[in-house]
Amino acid sequence: MSSADSNEKPSGTSVSTTSRTVLTGSDIERVLTRIAYEIIEANKGTQDLILLGIPTRGYPLARRIAQRIAATDPQLDADALVGQLDVTMYRDDLRHGTSRTPSPTRIPGASIDGKVVVLVDDVLYSGRTIRAALDALADLGRPRIVRLAVLVDRGHRELPIRADHVGKNLPTATSEKVRVHLQETDAVDGERVNEVVIEGAA
Amino acid sequence: MTSTENHPEAFLIRGASLLGGDPEDFLLADGEIAAVGPDAAAHPRAAGAREIDAAGLIALPGMVDLHTHLREPGREDAETVETGTRAAARGGFTAVHAMANSNPVADTAGVVEQVWSLGRRSGWVDVRPVGAVTVGLAGERLSELGAMAESRAGVRVFSDDGICVSDPVLMRRALEYVKAFDGVIAQHAQEPRLTEGAQMNEGEVSAVLGLPGWPAVAEESIIARDVLLAEHVGSRLHVCHVSTAGSVDIIRWAKARGIAVTAEVTPHHLLLTEEQVRTYDPVYKVNPPLRREADVLALREALADGTIDIVGTDHAPHPDEAKECEWAQAAMGMTGLETALSVVQHTMIETGMMTWADFARVTSTIPAAIGRLADQGRPLAVGEPANVVLVDPAHRWTVDPGTMATMGRNSPFAGMELPGRVEATFYRGTPTVLDAELNTPRALGEQA
Amino acid sequence: MKHLLSTHDLSREDAVRILDTAEQMAAVGTREIKKLPALRGRTVVNLFYEDSTRTRISFEAAAKRLSADVINFAAKGSSVSKGESLKDTAQTLEAIGADAVVLRHWASGAPARLAATDWINAAVVNAGDGTHEHPTQALLDAFTLRRHWSRVRGIESTGADLDGMRVVIVGDVLHSRVARSNLWLLRTLGAEVTLVAPPTLLPVGADAWPCAISFDLDETLSTGPDAVMMLRVQAERMNAAFFPSVAEYSRRWGFDDVRLAALDEHGFEHTAILHPGPMNRGFEISSGAADSKRALVLEQVANGVSVRMAVLYLLLSGDN
Repeated sequence: MSSADSNEKPSGTSVSTTSRTVLTGSDIERVLTRIAYEIIEANKGTQDLILLGIPTRGYPLARRIAQRIAATDPQLDADALVGQLDVTMYRDDLRHGTSRTPSPTRIPGASIDGKVVVLVDDVLYSGRTIRAALDALADLGRPRIVRLAVLVDRGHRELPIRADHVGKNLPTATSEKVRVHLQETDAVDGERVNEVVIEGAA
Repeated sequence: MTSTENHPEAFLIRGASLLGGDPEDFLLADGEIAAVGPDAAAHPRAAGAREIDAAGLIALPGMVDLHTHLREPGREDAETVETGTRAAARGGFTAVHAMANSNPVADTAGVVEQVWSLGRRSGWVDVRPVGAVTVGLAGERLSELGAMAESRAGVRVFSDDGICVSDPVLMRRALEYVKAFDGVIAQHAQEPRLTEGAQMNEGEVSAVLGLPGWPAVAEESIIARDVLLAEHVGSRLHVCHVSTAGSVDIIRWAKARGIAVTAEVTPHHLLLTEEQVRTYDPVYKVNPPLRREADVLALREALADGTIDIVGTDHAPHPDEAKECEWAQAAMGMTGLETALSVVQHTMIETGMMTWADFARVTSTIPAAIGRLADQGRPLAVGEPANVVLVDPAHRWTVDPGTMATMGRNSPFAGMELPGRVEATFYRGTPTVLDAELNTPRALGEQA
Repeated sequence: MKHLLSTHDLSREDAVRILDTAEQMAAVGTREIKKLPALRGRTVVNLFYEDSTRTRISFEAAAKRLSADVINFAAKGSSVSKGESLKDTAQTLEAIGADAVVLRHWASGAPARLAATDWINAAVVNAGDGTHEHPTQALLDAFTLRRHWSRVRGIESTGADLDGMRVVIVGDVLHSRVARSNLWLLRTLGAEVTLVAPPTLLPVGADAWPCAISFDLDETLSTGPDAVMMLRVQAERMNAAFFPSVAEYSRRWGFDDVRLAALDEHGFEHTAILHPGPMNRGFEISSGAADSKRALVLEQVANGVSVRMAVLYLLLSGDN
């Protein structure tokens, strides 16, 4: 649940908020296409490439990126590129908040050994989720290279972690909340939507 | 406040409701009720008497408990005669019957006289020892019942309480033998084989909790046998702590048949059910066990209609460690002397099933009659012994075992809000309780 | 969830959550590195007043796979020979800094007592108390049954319940904490339950339970249940005259080879056989049945670790 990274403040408080859209559905499409090309460029192709999405929203983003990468090469199967990496059991805040039910971890192919693993998440914030993901990855095998792709980097890092591929750098205040809505996981007022919005105290 | 043994002060009680009737004055002097009614204030002994404004209070005869565990001798870590009788006085009692399961067991004239004289020295209430039916409560041979009857303790009630006299021949002999001195056998009705390892009432709750069941039939079968034995040998029988609707039916049948049986119910069986056991808190572990709601209602009905004659507390204090443990390891029993009045008021009077006059009957008159206590359980009338309780029925309080006089902290009513408070207890004219606090005992000599 | 004391008061939501978490724990069990850092620095005490090597090692493996420190405390003290009181032991464990106490006790309600008192603040897991409950056994049975039932129905087991599954529990229900915990949990998950036992080994009051009761195993098996759970029968029950002889018990209520063959003859290919172990082969279950491909006994053992990992993880994570 990487979205918790962007929502560490409890939601549902009754203070009135302002909300502005920073990425529309088509913005998201465009930046994911760019990230897909950047990944191919950085890897000098698609050799040994694996995309691991971090639940909940990292996984659909990883799938969308994988589809774009696969579109560049008829030999490639998007499903064979993408998997999911659950980091719940590696988090450093397990004692706090509500206890979290872990999600499945699925690795495409036999192993991550020697592979180039691109971790995909929606929002990069403190960096703690990615720290947990690196530990989770180490228990699964030994990748040759690990890279990080995020839809939004909102700053305020608490660990020495940076993303290799960023959809949009978004300067925010810590009091603000960055909400990512994807049609695979989210509905707003019953509508499946794709958007990134910033909410802040009015 | 001072009082001397031979010249207790006089008390003019103003405007108390006698047994719940219209407000009246009455005068206590020289250990007796000296006057009742409008003339009380004009009585010569009223001069200089301490006046007590008893408006709104109910005057009752001092309560008599036929079933108290004072623990001394042997378990002074649980209770002593001194602490147990303090608790009794605070609860509105002027006499208690001390059960025989002390250590050593009260199965000889020596032990019952010891308990009796401890009571005389403490001076908070009359302590009437109960004698064990069988030697060491072992259920094998009769104790020297006659010697206990003839002792200074004047034992009239005999019981192996805690253990059932299960051998039918022994029970028959005991019933017959005590006729010689007008005694009564108080039976703890519990068929032992049917209750081996039993932990709680057997039924739906025990099935869920996985606690070995204590079937109602284990009590009822003994009562059925005993009333038939009592009929056969023409003896009187007292049934301790009746706990099931089936037992009530058997006793009702026996009474209709003319059998000389009396029966007792505890306050906790009038209020609590086996549902409490779901907590596994051993404060609810008691013998006989808490039963079903239907049993509670049948017991209230039976007490109201006279099928059950009396309320007996079965006050059973235990040290904390006997209850701060697993259910199966815990001792059975609950304290009850300081909550009896409130629980009976709550379950019987506030429900409209009984009046305060009925209350006096079941907590004083009949228990005294069963125990053959000549100067207890008397009417509130001129010339009668001044064993009187003043109760504030409107007072409400939250039960806190930590503030009780008993050493036992094992009250199942802890935290409950109950009605009724004993404002004053007069024991042979001495105010053992005044202003709802322990006041002063009336130590008596060693002479009967 | 602060404690796991019984399945009686476990909601469907919490039960499914435990089973779903256990699925992820099971996946870890198939990896090369079978360890997770989730409970690093936490202390789990296995406090056992009753010998049960199986249950203890299962909890021990579960705690260790979650990186917890494990202390095994075999407390002597039966009803006969009283040792240190539960209160004093609990306060000792509190002083040591136990985060969870896994309690196995011969006395029904001992875990509930530990959880209700202020003797200790740790999370309490009931690892079997007297003849009351054994919730983690029921959860691992439900986990095993859910996988079986999902296979039969051709659905994903994660998120699923046991809706419509028909489960038969056979044997000494009276003294069985496994039977009680299973009954409540199976009902919560939507299964239908039939208890089969000699009338002497059913508790008075069981007629109020949400299940069918039968005294006839053959008749019950002829309805083609989806699973049959055999309970262990303690031989000493015979001395207390609950039934006339071992032979008569086996004939009427044992899962023997004849009954196994009857399932095949009826074409009940999905009927699975479970047993919480340890089995009395030749008494309540024949070797033929225990070793048949219907038997899920070893799956139960393997699933035990996953389910206990899930329970420890869920109790010890989050604010409690």
